[in-house]
This record gives sequence, C-alpha cells and structure tokens, in this order.
Amino acid sequence: MLHLPILKAEDRKQVIDPANAPKEDLREELFQLEKEGELEVIRVPEPYMELTTKFGRKKKIPVEKTWHHKSCGQCGHIPGYSSSIFWLNREFGLDYHDPTDQTSCTAWNYYASATSNPEAQAAVAIRNFASAAEVGYFPLIHCGTSFGHYKEVRHALVHQPELRRKVRAIMEKLGKKLVLPEEVVHYSEWVMAMKDRIAEKQTIDMSNITATVHPACHYHKLIEEDAIYDSEIYGAQRSAIITGTLQALGVNVGDYSTWFDCCGFGFRHILVSRDFSRSFSVQRKIEVMKEEVNPDIVVTHDTGCVTTLDQSQFAGRAQDRKVGLPVMSDSQIAALAMGAHPYKVLQLHWHNTDNKAFLEKLGLDREKLWAEFESEVSDIRAGKKEFMTWEDAK
Amino acid sequence: MMALDISQNKHADVSMEEKDRLFAEMKSDDRWNHVLNGCYECGICVASCPSAKFYDFSPRIIAQAAAREDTDLMYTLMSDSVWDCSQCFSCDRCPRENSPGQIITIMREVAVKNGLKTAKEALQGYGRIIYKIMLTGSQVSPDMLQPDAFPDWGTHVYEIADNLEDWRKALPPETLHTTETGWKIDEKTIIELYLIWHMTGVMDLIEGVDEGLYDIIVDVMEEKLEEAGYDDITFD
Repeated sequence: MLHLPILKAEDRKQVIDPANAPKEDLREELFQLEKEGELEVIRVPEPYMELTTKFGRKKKIPVEKTWHHKSCGQCGHIPGYSSSIFWLNREFGLDYHDPTDQTSCTAWNYYASATSNPEAQAAVAIRNFASAAEVGYFPLIHCGTSFGHYKEVRHALVHQPELRRKVRAIMEKLGKKLVLPEEVVHYSEWVMAMKDRIAEKQTIDMSNITATVHPACHYHKLIEEDAIYDSEIYGAQRSAIITGTLQALGVNVGDYSTWFDCCGFGFRHILVSRDFSRSFSVQRKIEVMKEEVNPDIVVTHDTGCVTTLDQSQFAGRAQDRKVGLPVMSDSQIAALAMGAHPYKVLQLHWHNTDNKAFLEKLGLDREKLWAEFESEVSDIRAGKKEFMTWEDAK
Repeated sequence: MMALDISQNKHADVSMEEKDRLFAEMKSDDRWNHVLNGCYECGICVASCPSAKFYDFSPRIIAQAAAREDTDLMYTLMSDSVWDCSQCFSCDRCPRENSPGQIITIMREVAVKNGLKTAKEALQGYGRIIYKIMLTGSQVSPDMLQPDAFPDWGTHVYEIADNLEDWRKALPPETLHTTETGWKIDEKTIIELYLIWHMTGVMDLIEGVDEGLYDIIVDVMEEKLEEAGYDDITFD
C-alpha cells in the first residue's frame, strides 16, 4: 500500500494582504456615513493596541475606558467568567465601566425562537451602544454571540438606509442617537492583546498543562473578516484567538480534528432539545479531544460553548462515554495564571465537570482554597458581611 | 433519525397560493439577496453542519429550494425542517457566499409571523425564555438553575439552587448580586426595552405564536409603562 505524507494546516501559510482583501473595510463606509450626518461613530479610545484580522487589516483594541457589555449566560450561570474579566482589568489598574444601563443583546432568543425582527435587534444593539457613548466609554463585548450579532447589525445598518431610518426614528423616541462603534471588540481580543502584559504578571507555571481550544462559531464564522488571525498560529488558516493567549502563558495547545465543529449549543436546542446538544458536544467534541489529545483542560471564549461543553459531560459520564475534561474561558485561565483565587474570582463551583486534577497539577491546594471561599460564604450567612468584595477576593 | 419527507405537495391542505404568498414574504426581506447567490451543489454546507450529523437536515436542500423558488418545497422545509438548524453559521463557508443559516432565520421569522402550527409546536416549552428576555432584559438568570429544569446537568444544579442567594452575594462584582436577572438592570433601561418591543412589532409576533404568554407580558409591561408615565404606546 502506498503511504503518502499528510500535510498539516501549519505547513501552509495564508498570505494576507489587506490591499487585496476580498471583503470591504466597513470602517471606511462608517466614517463616510458619519460625514453625511447619518450616524455617529464611537472612536476606540487612545492608547489602543492592534491585532491583525483575517485579511491583514489592523484592528484597534482599547486598553481601557471600556464599557463592559455583559453576557446573560455568563453572568447568570457561569459568573466567574465575567468576574475574571473584571479582575484582570483591576489588576492592571485600568479604568472600566460595569453598566446597569445594559440589556442582553437578545440574540440568543432571536436565533432560538425568531420571535423578533431586524429592526428590533438593531434597536436593542444601538440602545446599548448609545448608553456606552453617553458615559464616554467604549463597548467591550463579553459574549461571542453578542459580538457576532452586533457585527451583523453594524453591517446591516451601514448597507441598509431604510433600516437606518427606522432605527434612527426609534432612537429619537428614546432620546438617543444612532451611534455605532468604530470596531466591534470581543473581550477575548482584549485578553489576547494584553497577553504579554498578563504573562509578565504570571505567578503560576502552566508549562505542564495541555489544552484544547474551541473557537466559538459566532466569533469567527459571522463577519469572518473581523476575527483575529496570526501567520505564526495555524499558518493563519484559522483564527489565532485563545491559542495565542494560551501560548503566551506557556500552555501547550493540542490540535484535534473537529476543531471547526460547533459545541452543540444550538440556541433552541440547549433549551428545549438538549438531547442534540448533549450528544453533539460529547461525541463530536469532548470524546475527539480525549482520543486525539487527552488534554488537561478545554479552553473556549463564549457563553454557550463553556456551558454546553461543560454541562453535557454529566450525562455522558452516566453512559460511560470518554468524558471528564474541565472547561473554562480564556479570561479564567489568564486570571488564574496571574494568581486569581479559583473560587472567589474564577467561581469554579458554578462549573460542572470535576477540575480537581487540573488545579492540583498546577500545584494549587484545592481544599484549602475552597475552605477560604466557604469562610466568606459563612460570614455572609452569619450576617457578618453583606457581600464578598473585591478586597475580600484578593 | 426520523426521515424528512420532502415529497411533492406533502402539505396538500395548504393551497399553492398560500405557499406562494409565504415565499414572496421571505423574498421581500431586505437580507434575502445578500444571503442567496446560487448554489454549486458542492455540499460544503452539509459537511460543516452539526444538525446534519444528527438530524435528516440539509442546508444545501434549503439553499437549492430557495434558489429554484420551489415554493411547495420551501413550505415543507419551513414547516418540518428549519427548527433543526443550530444557527451556528458553519454553512457560511459556502464558496458562493450563500448563508443557508440566514435563509433559515428569515424562514423562521416568516413562520412565526404567520403563526404556522409547526412554529407554535417548536416554541412549546420556550415561553419562559421569551417571558424572561422581554420583561427583564436579561435572557438567562441565576434562578433558572433549578433541578427540574436541568435534570441532565446532574447534582451540582441542586447544590447551586440550594446556595443560590449566598453564592450570588459571594461574587465580587457589585452588579452580579442578583438572582432574577443576570446582572442589575436599571428600571429605565427595561422601560426602553419595552418601548423597542412595541415600536418594532415584536409584540404582534408574540401574540401570533402564544396568546396566553402575550397577555401576561402585556399586563406586566402596561403597568410598568403607565408607572413610568407612558399612557399611549401607539408609535405609528
């Protein structure tokens, strides 16, 4: 039998030349519309960082003055995801705003039930953007679906004058302006842009850790030209997001064949057809990772992906499937590398799959750390304190 | 796996005029010409599709039927297939830059707007989500983590439910001490969201798919809007 060598993705490099990009640079049209008085553009505040997108354009990533567009799924069910993002900002002494004048993007519901329409979706997005502009901060989007959806909304508003007219009229009734951000920035892009500064403050060695990465569909498949790529990572054949961050922290990243597959979330499926989500997540993602890499951890960067990949493993275990991989976000891993408390900051007790082996491999005394968290909860129960503060979480 | 029946005139109880009308409604959507450019029949959308791996579901058949303007088949797909889509948009890697996922978004919207029986069935059990997002501005809340809602997520859901109030207080960000919403949301913000739902016709959509849910949502909204000084919420 003839055996031919298998070419790997990293053996080929995509040549990226912004002058020959097959997709438009939306920012140019955005500024043109602003000149025509159609809308206002929220500028990325200086100083900013730059990352390279799929076709070689530079994307501005704000360092601070960020308005944190929180995720309903993260805040509701895996809140350590969000608190890790805030913790990182605080550790660097950065100015950020955690708004209460913010709604969900409502895209999860839209993709699940279609009980909405483009005008409503755009109006919800612009109301949130306007809220950020009113307090002088720049939106940083925590959820991958919000990020993808807002990019699509921005694209539609730039290209559809009638939609602009309708949304402008709605905003006028709310006493708000039609504003769009110069860049739509996902928090994981901020983490990646900050990776060297995070690595400088790293206190936990992660060189004995192997991770598999799941890039979120709505991050790199919706408005694909706006996702972050790097010719040194996967030869720019796929997004460098998360992998670039992990490599900077010394984590080994293992490749697996079903990296392009979704997590199984499905929007309506995770709510009302969870048999699909469970089966897909276990059979197409977790088991493949186990068989091909056997990592210590799965790292991803979206609400639905952490939820589905983590929660689905419980039922898989009951059926003797090859499961048992802890799942965390890149913000949690970055915070952990800098010494954040696994329970007070990362809030790992909200996650499902056992992470004991992972924490112990990092040399962390899990029982002692859990006792420290429980002590905080006891104080709250006893009425000694109303809440755990950032100071308590140190 | 249940086979998808795409035989001609499967839904013979619906007239061709009605099928044509529904297809015309899809085509009139501003997005239609941006998401459908023809089809090479290459099948990359099917190869990328998670739903195609577990259901008898094909984004290629949907793109093909849309491009051929096969209104009979489009009705069948709108009734019997589109709710299997995962909306991950893996199919966006189409070399013709079709987006079967976006075509499906439009088909679902038309199905909901016209109150198709299958759309109502697909949304059964989904009312609490619509209720939550429309009335609180946050789709997912900590108090949804109840064992009866997530029996397949195991015993840790019991632990979370038992400790919910205290664990929320043991979160350092001040905005996350809530249990009924993902984070603390201003009353003014929620009022603005209600106004958006009213002004954009979303309330009419809800009425079409679940009248009982609509009545509950309207009751709560009207009371809050009245408290906020909005007597008339007609925005035409």
